[in-house]
Amino acid sequence: MENIIMLILVLVLASFLGFELISKVPSQLHTPLMSGSNAISGITIVGAVLSLGGSFTIQNETFRVILGTLAVFFATINVIGGYAVTNRMLGMFSSKKDDKKVGK
Amino acid sequence: MDFMTLVRGFMTKPLENTLYIVSAVFFILGLKMLGKASTAKKGNFLSAIGMLIATVTAVVAMLNINIIWVLVGIILGSFVGVISAKKVAMTSMPEMVALFNGLGGAASLLVAWAEYQMYVSQNSVYSTPVAKLAIVIVTILIGAVTFTGSLVAWAKLSGKIISKPIKYAGQGIVNTILILAFVAAAVAFSGKYYFGAIHSYELFGIATVLSLIIGITYVIPIGGGDMPVVISLLNAFSGMAACAAGFVISNTVLIVTGALVGSSGIILTNIMCRAMNRSITNVLFSGFGNAGAKKASGAAHGEAKPISVDDAYLMLESAGSVLIVPGYGMAVAQAQHAVQELAAQLEENGTEVNFAIHPVAGRMPGHMNVLLAEANVPYEQLKEMDDVNPTIENVDVCVVIGANDVINPAAREDKSSPIYGMPVINVDKAKNVIVLKRSMNTGFAGIENPLFFKENTRMLFGDAKQTVQDLVAQFKD
Repeated sequence: MENIIMLILVLVLASFLGFELISKVPSQLHTPLMSGSNAISGITIVGAVLSLGGSFTIQNETFRVILGTLAVFFATINVIGGYAVTNRMLGMFSSKKDDKKVGK
Repeated sequence: MDFMTLVRGFMTKPLENTLYIVSAVFFILGLKMLGKASTAKKGNFLSAIGMLIATVTAVVAMLNINIIWVLVGIILGSFVGVISAKKVAMTSMPEMVALFNGLGGAASLLVAWAEYQMYVSQNSVYSTPVAKLAIVIVTILIGAVTFTGSLVAWAKLSGKIISKPIKYAGQGIVNTILILAFVAAAVAFSGKYYFGAIHSYELFGIATVLSLIIGITYVIPIGGGDMPVVISLLNAFSGMAACAAGFVISNTVLIVTGALVGSSGIILTNIMCRAMNRSITNVLFSGFGNAGAKKASGAAHGEAKPISVDDAYLMLESAGSVLIVPGYGMAVAQAQHAVQELAAQLEENGTEVNFAIHPVAGRMPGHMNVLLAEANVPYEQLKEMDDVNPTIENVDVCVVIGANDVINPAAREDKSSPIYGMPVINVDKAKNVIVLKRSMNTGFAGIENPLFFKENTRMLFGDAKQTVQDLVAQFKD
């Protein structure tokens, strides 16, 4: 029970931190910020990896392995795709001084 | 794998948790830096490093891990992720983000399901604390809504289903019943009640299916024009789903990181709502462009004055300053490169060119900025609405390309208009306005636009890309 209180404390503090971090963002960064934070939400990949482990024999649990593998697969797409797309977008933002940035 | 055994020997619980803290710090710094143009790229990189640290830590720390399946998931996932990120056209970016987002939600759902499956195979469902089961089912709900909601958003954005609000009689009642049914199933599930043949797993299945349906039914009535709000809200949801999954498996890095994404997503959603002068409940539950919109349309009538490409060229050629206002139509017509060329020609001609970007133009927050950046328009030329409106009277020609609701003067003038009160770019106050439009159809919200009938407005009909290319050709002659 004490454990869960600690976890809730962590949740509350992190939520406030999130509100503070993103209060003023220029509108041109809205899309990269969204797809960047979207990639971060792929942190569930850690949960997915952990769901494939355990202190008991997993061999007898085909279904759980399927669920876990699918979870890792989806989370990885979210993470890798999200970071790559964000990076691609940010690479396109160029000012007049440093032109010659290739768009495609 | 002897090497793995060796490495695992070093990975004690304190070290594992320390590494999670390190990765959380990377995420925090990364998010902070993403909010500033000069540091955004580095911020994205830092948060990717954080993700790498967290993932490797999880893999190494796990005992008896099914490493083959982890690798299968990661390799296939990376492959799909990289290919789609490289292939996607910038105009399709909103769909892509929606899809990635949905997969994140699905992953959190699966994490909770796998955890529950473990209780089942250990035969420990009925000795699991009620709170734990409740967290499992809440994670299922958030993950499922994120998943199917994002899929609907993706389908709407990519034109797979109609982007107008889908409404039917009794929709509100159906939605409420679905929620109540979910709550009933969730309570029975976590309270370990069972009725006759309906046992824990059946209740789990019912609650999951209901959650998936809820994600669909709550997003279909939302129109395409409100997608920036919906996408950023679903983005916040995917963070909350990860956070909830963190509670399921008692993992702090999931909780911290999920909460960061959740709360920053809420901030972004709020920014979008403010840009439309609407509350989040209004966006989610009103279905823009329904009955109210039809009644209001009587106000704006008159004759629209068409203009030819030749005449439009003469107007632009003699203009001292031009303000280009792009909207979703520019994305649909893929006209951003042609528009950039037109801007370059105008500048060569000695005209001052700027772009006015409405915060909710397009289908995603910042959609227009990304498209114009792709076409190499320097960001100094991209002005925000609040910067252009005070001096818009001095602009010789406003060129509206595929924008409609974000420039509708009815938002200022017509109290009966459904968008009354929404901040708009006041293009009608410029000396001249040229509106590039496919036809006289109303915008996504289905609202008449009195701008088209104003004295200083000229309509240039046709495909936006073709029209702009014709204008560019005139300049080159």
